Amino acid sequence: MAKRVSGVAGFWPDEYKLLDAAKKTYAAGYRQFDSLSPFPIHGMDDATGIKRSPIPWVTFFAGLTGASFGVWFTWWTSAVNYRLNVAGKPLGLLEALPGYIPIVFELTILFAALASVGAMFILNGLPKVDPPIIDPDITSHKFCLFIPETEDGYSAEKAENHLKSLGATEIKRVAEF
Amino acid sequence: MIKRNILIEGDKTYKDISDDICQPLESFPGIKWFQLFGLAITVLLFYVCVLGYIAWTGMGTMGVNHPIGWGTDIVTFVFWIGIGHAGTLISAILFLFRQKWRTGIARAAEAMTVFAVMTAGIFPLMHTGRPWLAYWLLPYPNQRGPLWVNFRSPLLWDVFAVSTYATVSAVFWYVGMIPDLATVRDRAKTNLRRVIYGMFSMGWRGTNRNWSHYEMVYLILAGLSTPLVLSVHTIVSFDFAVATLPGWHTTIFPPYFVAGAIFSGFAMVVTLMVLVREGFPQIKSYITLDHFEVMNKIIMTTGLMVGYAYASEFFIAWYSGVHYEQFAFLNRATGPLAWSYWIMVSCNVLSPQIFWIKKFRRSIPVMFVVSIFVNIGMWFERFVITVTSLHRDFLPVNWSDFTFKFADWGVLIGSFGMFFTLFLLFLRVIPMVSMSEVKPCYEVGRKGGHHG
Repeated sequence: MAKRVSGVAGFWPDEYKLLDAAKKTYAAGYRQFDSLSPFPIHGMDDATGIKRSPIPWVTFFAGLTGASFGVWFTWWTSAVNYRLNVAGKPLGLLEALPGYIPIVFELTILFAALASVGAMFILNGLPKVDPPIIDPDITSHKFCLFIPETEDGYSAEKAENHLKSLGATEIKRVAEF
Repeated sequence: MIKRNILIEGDKTYKDISDDICQPLESFPGIKWFQLFGLAITVLLFYVCVLGYIAWTGMGTMGVNHPIGWGTDIVTFVFWIGIGHAGTLISAILFLFRQKWRTGIARAAEAMTVFAVMTAGIFPLMHTGRPWLAYWLLPYPNQRGPLWVNFRSPLLWDVFAVSTYATVSAVFWYVGMIPDLATVRDRAKTNLRRVIYGMFSMGWRGTNRNWSHYEMVYLILAGLSTPLVLSVHTIVSFDFAVATLPGWHTTIFPPYFVAGAIFSGFAMVVTLMVLVREGFPQIKSYITLDHFEVMNKIIMTTGLMVGYAYASEFFIAWYSGVHYEQFAFLNRATGPLAWSYWIMVSCNVLSPQIFWIKKFRRSIPVMFVVSIFVNIGMWFERFVITVTSLHRDFLPVNWSDFTFKFADWGVLIGSFGMFFTLFLLFLRVIPMVSMSEVKPCYEVGRKGGHHG
């Protein structure tokens, strides 16, 4: 993940005010800012201008990998590596496949689920050791907007004034986040 | 527009919600919790001893014989796996259907799923008689050929289904927990607490960029768990249905087993939630009578479904004209094990009918008793399916009777000790209601809510 940055954080008491503030901040030309909240807020992705998560692609290709692996593995172990005749049932890839479907299905789900969760951890930069915390109440009941120093034309005073004009009830300068 | 019921009772701020739900984690347990935990862990220790006795002496200690090769181990395995299904139904299927009432009970129900699957997993291993060779069930390169597992056996499908289910349920549960663990970390008063919960919350901070990926993965896991949970009990039913045995070899089994699993699982959710509300009165605001009413409706519906399945099996046995099939079912209802059949019917089909009356649907004592009946009935359903189909084989020379031995009772009672030990610990170390899911639902049904 990106190295730690400083910036300015503003706080609001509920999610609707935060959503409104995020929309106005985006309209004012800020792009690097982020919102922090105890729960996901509908419409915040649009308000902060971030794109849809690419995780479904990971799920799709991992699921495909799981299914292909399942088809190949069941056939290869039963018909090639150690050919095992069970009650005279067919061993050809296609004739035998119906009997392998439960295995193929479970492997599809297993690969897709684990890869999706893995992708979420990587995209979110988790696990993060000793994460800097702006305010311990953010994970409980405070709603925060954080403007980092990486914004174009950033100045702490300007960001503070901007957050104040949006009605932030509390403003904090953050040394590292 | 139909009015929505409020989901969270009482006038609360977001901070109140955090305080309510974190209270059991942040206070020293009371005497009642210790009494229950003491009881549970004693039963668990007894369970360990019984398992040791069975493993040491052999399967002859249990009621299985010829031709009843599947006994209490398999019955109880199916029972616990079935219990788990309600948790996934609540956490995944109701999530996809946007049923907001699920948020209050999802965490505890998923915990129940994970613990029930863990409890269930021991039984097939014990049933093999040589649990120390359990790894033979997995396909791995070995020096015996390599001799692989038989991928066309329903029993092996079960290995894959149950282990995938256990893995994905646990991951789903854990992912759902990360934001709440971060809440506990940020509230921590001591360093040790902060370090432990910090580790398990993986450094979660609640930025929207994180929430965006998080919500996507949660949706995907719900979407993957839905077919998974249906497949698991379908495959468990294949253990029976694929065998050409009268009483087992029927196409109705997969939907019948899934309905029964949801039925028994919801009964267990009701049992547990009634107890949790007694122990932690503040949880009554989050798990309300409305929740119970909805669950009781599901119990009644799925109870009717299994009742329909019982009747349909009889009809098909008669309609098929197959002598052995007809005998198997008549023998179930009138043979030497008829008592178990009628316990099953009265507990599963008759007892939930009381929920037609709204007053009883909303009565805690009534639903508690019915949920216990359903749990008993569903254990006997699996007993009826497994044992009555086996005890009268095709030739009278292969007939025998099933007697419960000490080890049978021991593993059945003992497994509850394992389950309740895990569940009681869960209540004290993990937020039992998902805070990050409950908070956005606070406005539901309230005037002046921004969502309307």
